Amino acid sequence: MSEPIITFEKVNKWYGNSFHVLRDIDLSVAKGERIVVCGPSGSGKSTLIRCINRLEEHQQGTLRVNGIELNDDIKAIDQVRKEVGMVFQQFNLFPHLTVLENLTLSPMWVGKMPKKEAEERAMAQLKRVRIAEQAGKYPLQLSGGQQQRVAIARALCLTPKIMLFDEPTSALDPEMIKEVLDVMIELANQGITMICVTHEMGFAKAVADRVIFMDQGQIVEQNTPHEFFNNPQNERSRDFLSKILGH
Amino acid sequence: MNTPTHTFVPIPARPAPNRTEGPVAWLRHNLFGDVKTSLATVIIGGLLLWYLPGLLNWALFSASWRPNFDACRADGVGACWGVVAAKYRLILLGRYPFDEQWRPVLATALMVGLLVASCMRMFWHRWLAVLWVVVLVTVFTLMYGGKLGLSVVETDRWGGLPLTIMLSSLSIVMAFPIALLVALGKRSRMPAIRSFCVIYIELIRGVPLISVLFMASFMFPLFMPQGVSIDVLIRVLAGITLFAAAYMAEVIRGGLQAIPKGQIEAAATLGLSYWQTQRKIVLPQALAMVVPGIMNNFISIFKDTSLVTIVSLYELTGAMGLALNSDADWRPFKVEAYLFIALIYFSFCFAMSRYSLWVEKQVNKSKLR
Repeated sequence: MSEPIITFEKVNKWYGNSFHVLRDIDLSVAKGERIVVCGPSGSGKSTLIRCINRLEEHQQGTLRVNGIELNDDIKAIDQVRKEVGMVFQQFNLFPHLTVLENLTLSPMWVGKMPKKEAEERAMAQLKRVRIAEQAGKYPLQLSGGQQQRVAIARALCLTPKIMLFDEPTSALDPEMIKEVLDVMIELANQGITMICVTHEMGFAKAVADRVIFMDQGQIVEQNTPHEFFNNPQNERSRDFLSKILGH
Repeated sequence: MNTPTHTFVPIPARPAPNRTEGPVAWLRHNLFGDVKTSLATVIIGGLLLWYLPGLLNWALFSASWRPNFDACRADGVGACWGVVAAKYRLILLGRYPFDEQWRPVLATALMVGLLVASCMRMFWHRWLAVLWVVVLVTVFTLMYGGKLGLSVVETDRWGGLPLTIMLSSLSIVMAFPIALLVALGKRSRMPAIRSFCVIYIELIRGVPLISVLFMASFMFPLFMPQGVSIDVLIRVLAGITLFAAAYMAEVIRGGLQAIPKGQIEAAATLGLSYWQTQRKIVLPQALAMVVPGIMNNFISIFKDTSLVTIVSLYELTGAMGLALNSDADWRPFKVEAYLFIALIYFSFCFAMSRYSLWVEKQVNKSKLR
């Protein structure tokens, strides 16, 4: 593996004074690596990836993304966010803007790109997620799966080095999960660094280089998907897997 | 997998069994749906039949239309609309010098034209701002005079409908941006800004408009250095603006609170700055949600301008009082004069409320499926 693009060193985070949500996180992500984070709800997996683009701030330890240390420096945060795209569980598309406007917003206003160029780039990304024909519609006129694919395209418009997915299929109808996963698998095969919080174990087996299992704010186990699913080392992960794969 | 033995055959859509459109269906649905509805329809219909003839007779058939108060006093005469015919110039234009009254008429026409244009999508260009400056300067020059051979008319003689329209439109236009900033400020992370906004809103909301006007008119000059005086009209305008902005800020804040946190997070991950996020993401959605509330504010500002009478600015309501109180012959027919200005107020407010419906439709286009 090449040099790490994200490093967590003894990162700790609390919500309020008492809720210790991330405990001594040590993690290093290589460029181009595809990681799946799983674990029970409340285990801190969403918080972990939200620290990477500073939607949450950590209170102890060092966190470096693309060579930049994340702290209170707003410029550093801005620089990191330019390299990190994020896809949310609830899509978080801007409902008052059309699909195309959702995609061109950041390139035009943050990247100062001319409208025409931004639209060309947006259309290219929409084709990539196979939804170009919906460019003129408003998000609420689309199905959940289509909205999530638009959200992926929107994040890709920044040409990020890293993509974060925060339970991207958890709010979707079963019939729509596949269309989103297909897009994500394609993306994974194109060499972008991906960190994905998900319980789609099929996806993890298909594309992940490494599976990270978290519980109570700690990284309990990390391993290749093959090892993790067939031969979990920790009794906690064994228990978790038996619950989600057992039915 | 086995080959399926059944194919899925969709059932074609059929029309609904009962007639759901047309006048009969409308009547049945809206007026005679069940026993209670039918009963209410009959009672209300009966009351209308009972009162309407008398009302129509008073207002129209036996009303007197001539500007002659003797004719109005005759027996069996209903409403005396002659009072409007006799006093309309005083009611509509107040104490503005009689021979110069073409000036406020023209100024008001310009002002209304500007307001109507500002409401229409086809005029939403950058030059609309320039047009505002040009029209406001022209209106002020026309009203005040002192240039181009126009005689000077001091602001305390301005009155009637022109004053109502000027006060309300200017205070609406100024209160809106103030309200936006205060609403954002009250949600600011910086404690100083937040406290300032909270204190401002609470202070203003804690007192009635009348006392704000009193302060603007009588107390404020006491605190000014010797020799410095600001025109009472401007002081009152500032008072109404600050008053309206405090209420509007809370309405807008209601909209801001309804924006899901995810929207702001998504904007942050896309690299948008605070102001870009507010301008492109938060405010368009928040304002769209509170259009009815904001229009409520606009309408109440329009009517609240009638309170400036107490500081001797005779806008529409004040001018009407002035016109009739000074004339013992016409004083008995105040009801008709009140109905006349009520009609004026109503037409403006109704226009605003229809406009608000149109705006709601425009901003909710993205929600149509």
